[in-house]
Amino acid sequence: MVKKIFPALIILILAGGVAFFVFKSEPRLNKNFETSHSFFKKFPFHLGLDLSGGSHLVYEADVSAVADDQVSESMDALRDVIERRVNLFGVSEPVVQVQKSSFVEGGDEKLIVDLPGVTDVEKATAMIGQTPLLQFKTEAPAGTPQEVTVDENGNASLNFSAQFVDTDLTGRYLKRAVLEFDATTREPTVSLQFDDTGTKLFAEITKANIGKMVAIYLDGAPISTPVVREEIPNGQAVISGDFTPTEAKQLVGRLNSGALPVPISLLSKQTIGATLGDKATKAGVQAAIIGFLLIVLFLIIWYRLPGIIAAISLTVFITIMLALFKLIPVTLTAAGIAGFIIAIGIAVDANVLIFERIKEELQAGRTITDATSFGFSRAWLSIRDSNISSLITATILFWFGTSLIKGFALTLGIGVIVSLFSAIVVTRIFLKSISFIGEGKIARFLFLSGLSK
Amino acid sequence: MFIVKYKKIFLSLSIVLVVLSITSFFVFGVKTGIDFKGGAITEVSYTDTRPDQETLSKNLESLNLGSILIQPTGENNYIIKSRDLSEAEHSLLLETLSFNGQESLTEANFNSIGPSVGRELTRKAIVAVILVSLAIILFIAFAFRKVSRPVSSWKYGFIAIVTLLHDVIITVGVFIVLSNFYGLELDTLFVVAILTILGLSVSDTIVIFDRIRENLRNSGGINKINFGEIVGHSLEQSFARSIATSFSTILVLLALFLFGPVTTKYFALMLTAGMFIGTYSSIFLASPLLVLVEEKQNKK
Repeated sequence: MVKKIFPALIILILAGGVAFFVFKSEPRLNKNFETSHSFFKKFPFHLGLDLSGGSHLVYEADVSAVADDQVSESMDALRDVIERRVNLFGVSEPVVQVQKSSFVEGGDEKLIVDLPGVTDVEKATAMIGQTPLLQFKTEAPAGTPQEVTVDENGNASLNFSAQFVDTDLTGRYLKRAVLEFDATTREPTVSLQFDDTGTKLFAEITKANIGKMVAIYLDGAPISTPVVREEIPNGQAVISGDFTPTEAKQLVGRLNSGALPVPISLLSKQTIGATLGDKATKAGVQAAIIGFLLIVLFLIIWYRLPGIIAAISLTVFITIMLALFKLIPVTLTAAGIAGFIIAIGIAVDANVLIFERIKEELQAGRTITDATSFGFSRAWLSIRDSNISSLITATILFWFGTSLIKGFALTLGIGVIVSLFSAIVVTRIFLKSISFIGEGKIARFLFLSGLSK
Repeated sequence: MFIVKYKKIFLSLSIVLVVLSITSFFVFGVKTGIDFKGGAITEVSYTDTRPDQETLSKNLESLNLGSILIQPTGENNYIIKSRDLSEAEHSLLLETLSFNGQESLTEANFNSIGPSVGRELTRKAIVAVILVSLAIILFIAFAFRKVSRPVSSWKYGFIAIVTLLHDVIITVGVFIVLSNFYGLELDTLFVVAILTILGLSVSDTIVIFDRIRENLRNSGGINKINFGEIVGHSLEQSFARSIATSFSTILVLLALFLFGPVTTKYFALMLTAGMFIGTYSSIFLASPLLVLVEEKQNKK
């Protein structure tokens, strides 16, 4: 008897371990989450935007000016630039993806930006779309008429812009920008390093303007107008405007992220408020728990002893699924949870197929042990074929989908594979291990199902 | 078995349902949501009591955003449906909704989709249905290749597809009728529901075909047996399983419908309908059709 129960015990212990992992690594369940080992902190559930709140933006990239063989390269460059800009928001886990044009995806090159927790969609799109324009201007030659305007109150103001003329030096020739703090004043400054062309241009400008002002314009407004003391041949410049450290940091980020390689336009945008997402998550979890309990109740009433085994097998299935969601990781959305729920149905189906077969074999007069093993091998073909067809569907959906459909297909697909494991390994081992109850009348009653006696 | 014996009655019933569904499509038409036709949905939640709908509607008219639909929802919320909005229009809308800042509100949900996205979704959905169907015909023809007599394995695949179309058409019909009464709109989740029903319907049909395949194999001399009897016998055997499975799946789906998130409410309902019809059709349509095909073959 011990020998028979042993494999079942191992399964239970392993499943317990997996359940422990799911529990420990989930801040919403584990009250001591903050103090637990850093290993567990690495694996929280990844909630999609519809559950956690946030913004989902779809951009279309205009690649008509790009040669065909360079489209994919410039899309990757575009993604990198946008990713750098997005990272400036300080959003946790932003996702920036390129959706390539193909027969499957349709004709347009698209860029998808997911910003969890960002509900101010306008600020987000503004920051993504913004290209920092850095210009260097020199003093206008003496004799340029000064434009003075006098307003209603009699205050005169000088038109500053007219006093400077454009040079060829712009942010295009920037190699990188770095945030620094002035050694004496502790004020944040932005130090610039030009590339080769920029270095040459900057040397020329500084050489020609010793003792004069060079104005640094950002997005059309002067931010700093230092006076040149000497020629600067090494291509280094420092902007010391009246920055707050945050402003300086953002400026550095924007300068470094550079200009977009291809123009983009916003196709669609979606924002989900955090409370709405929270509600959806709670409702989803509640529905899953109620659904699970209903199934367990039904299985036990209808299938008796095997029903209890199916319930255990189903619990193992759900535990493995949750652990996989954390480990892979799968981003959970409302549609993803729906896929998971369908997968629960498929997992139950495998058990039901097996039990119905066992019942038939019992009614044909076999012993419980024989009926179990025959029932298994007979049910296997049906389980295999129906699961393959579900897998085909899940694969095609995943291959196709918009992000919503993909989430659904992924949880469904994983669910089908794990359900095969839970039916074949877990249910089988448990059925074998309870054969110690013998072949008596009660044992037979427990193995039958439904209304049969 | 009675299902095989009275197959013509069940087949007629299915035909009637399919015809009714197609008719409802033409009579009621399909209301597509912004996922397909483009547009914007803005949901705002007022901190205090929400303002009067008529005042709001008058204020919004002055924005010139075309036809705008205002629906109250929940305690203090409004859902505003309009054409797709640019950044400027969106902020203008929010400003108007808050009476230029007099009423404090939070934006619970904002979704704006350009029309081209919708066209793409439609195309993808159609291609997906076709691809899934083809892949499944191929798979069934392959899986049943050893039982090409008395009915060729291609026909099993073909019948599975007929059953599948039957399920999808009737589910869409149910949706159209529901949408007419409850104002539902066709969205991406609905497409997911249809594609799922596709998968579930086929796997349900396959389980029964599997049983027929097994019984055919065990019956020995193929020419001497009565195909109809074998199908009937197979149905009897897989009856309980089909019902137990769909019953337990429907249990979870109903839980999802009753207690789940608002977004997947009607998705769950559609799946429940699809699951039910899928189980019905694999018992009452697929197998009788198989017998019918065999009988037609024999007459030739």
